[in-house]
Amino acid sequence: MNVHEFQAKSLFAQFGVPVPRGKEITSPEAATAWADELNTPVFVVKAQIHAGGRGKAGGVKITKDKAAVAGLAKELIGKTLVTHQTGPKGRTVHRLLMEEGANIAKELYLSILVDRDTGWATFIASTEGGMEIEEVAEKTPEKIIKEAIDPAVGFQGHNGRNVAFALGLQKIEPTVINSFVQLLGNLYRLFMEKNAALVEINPLIITKEKTLVALDGKVSFDDNAIFKHEDVQKMRDLNEEDPLEIEATASNLNYVKLDGNIGCMVNGAGLAMATMDVIKLAGSEPANFLDVGGGATKETVAAGFRILLKDPNVKGIFINIFGGIVRCERIAHGVIEAAKEVKINVPLVVRLQGTNAPEGRILLAESGLKVDVADDLWEAAQKIVKLTGKAA
Amino acid sequence: MSILVNKNTRVVVQGITGKEGSFHATQCKAYGTQVVAGVTPGKAGQEVEGIPVFNTVRDAVKKADCDTSLIFVPPPFCADAILEAADAGIKLVICITEGIPVNDMVRVKRALRGRDVRLVGPNCPGVITVDEAKIGIMPGFIHKKGVVGVVSRSGTLTYEAVHQLSTLGLGETTCVGIGGDPVNGTGFVDVLPLFEKDPETQAIVMIGEIGGDAEEKAAEYIKKQIKKPVVSFIAGITAPPGRRMGHAGAIISGGKGTASEKMKALEAAGVRVVKNPAEIGHAVKAALGR
Repeated sequence: MNVHEFQAKSLFAQFGVPVPRGKEITSPEAATAWADELNTPVFVVKAQIHAGGRGKAGGVKITKDKAAVAGLAKELIGKTLVTHQTGPKGRTVHRLLMEEGANIAKELYLSILVDRDTGWATFIASTEGGMEIEEVAEKTPEKIIKEAIDPAVGFQGHNGRNVAFALGLQKIEPTVINSFVQLLGNLYRLFMEKNAALVEINPLIITKEKTLVALDGKVSFDDNAIFKHEDVQKMRDLNEEDPLEIEATASNLNYVKLDGNIGCMVNGAGLAMATMDVIKLAGSEPANFLDVGGGATKETVAAGFRILLKDPNVKGIFINIFGGIVRCERIAHGVIEAAKEVKINVPLVVRLQGTNAPEGRILLAESGLKVDVADDLWEAAQKIVKLTGKAA
Repeated sequence: MSILVNKNTRVVVQGITGKEGSFHATQCKAYGTQVVAGVTPGKAGQEVEGIPVFNTVRDAVKKADCDTSLIFVPPPFCADAILEAADAGIKLVICITEGIPVNDMVRVKRALRGRDVRLVGPNCPGVITVDEAKIGIMPGFIHKKGVVGVVSRSGTLTYEAVHQLSTLGLGETTCVGIGGDPVNGTGFVDVLPLFEKDPETQAIVMIGEIGGDAEEKAAEYIKKQIKKPVVSFIAGITAPPGRRMGHAGAIISGGKGTASEKMKALEAAGVRVVKNPAEIGHAVKAALGR
């Protein structure tokens, strides 16, 4: 789960990571009121959406004029921002972060995440603050510094010093080394205690006053651990999620909306991905990823149908079930029952394989439903693509 | 011969009195697996389909002489369950549970380092040696005794591959599900050498997916160490970047972990990579010259 910058920064403050004074703003009036309280030479107004690249898209405004903040807030709230991470449709801005400006002397990059190779939480740092870290890694890999933290003992001072000296802080600004080491320790605590999946500060700045400040902040959380943290659950912003994905989550389905025309419903994540791939190989594009889980029932199949049919792009549905513990004739019953409840007005291909697959196929064939039944994966994919037409 | 598990493997099921645990313990036993004990704290003295239940894994090891554990404990308590098995002297821990917090697994993996215990999973279908032992949730009947070793990050996609191998008359030796989580116990590179050494295994099927670089690491290993033919399918060529595709570990992040990168690495290592998952079985058949 991702959260907004203002939420990330409130967590930073809670864990002793310095941030600019700032506040979440949702109206021009509130912007004016906060500007009075903030009373600073430079005001920064930042659109809050779950995507990077806001600055380039015009989502970040800076002004020295206190009277101008209301106008800027008015301009940004309700605006649709299109960045390289939002897709062409962009995201609507519902809230802002308004904070004091800072005097930047040097920008650094700092993040922490679990390195999948070692299985240890690992800091990534670079002197190239403000740039996309992927770009830095690609063009100048020697400028990427990594420091893995042994989970058995947690963060140690030497971990912080390793990063500080590798960055060359002794040359850039030696007076911040101690606070830098402390900041890394605090960030590690945040990462572990809140079950974060990623904490990123880009840029982490050294100010002209020789202090460290997290000028931007991104935190995403491990979905498997959100149950542990009530404060994190409250940070969820449904405006940032696809409505169909919200509905799917509520029905305990794993759904990701895509841009193609063939809706698919599959049991198991790996097979669901493979089904998408087969649709592409057969000449079309999948409309979604949908895993109905190992224990697919009539209810989950019906919920799946409802979600697929709400997507106006869906021109056909491909159900691919490999019955293991779940018996195929039960799935067939589910499809027949669900089809009675939900009006299916697009071609439907059902491929059943595994436990009691022949019985399931007979049930479907004799149900009176307009459905194409298949037993082979490739044959089924070709059928649904033929019925819906190839992608343009 | 086979790898990891066989007819002599003695299994304790942790979480045996739960819905999943009791169902699958019964299924494993029916397949012929020696399921000799179960553990649920506070339920010692009960039985599940004739399998005695103990309070702790330590008791189960002492009284039922088990060497392998199969875990169905719910995610919040699962790290503890894995470590309990290791502390009780279990040599092979197979964890089915999906949804364990990543940071829990970070600590578990560190705690198991250097110890004489192997963890398979979590978030996996388990391990089966055909006609000897089924220790997991896979449907036993789709497997046929044969010559192909299967290792995979996915569940139902593995069944798909196994079904093809069985239908074509090739059959399997052992199938290992290593799981779909970002931090797991046993990886591709741990299983590949076991298949290479196993005299019954003539070919290897490796099923990967987007996210991480386990497939790239496997490619490096195969190039240097594996002589047997390897056929591979990587799921997720159509997956968008930055989105988690069901499995916690199935995500393309920062442009890394794409299916095409993995396919390229494997092809460069001499692996027969199939783009169509329906062709896994045929590719193995061709690789074996049958």
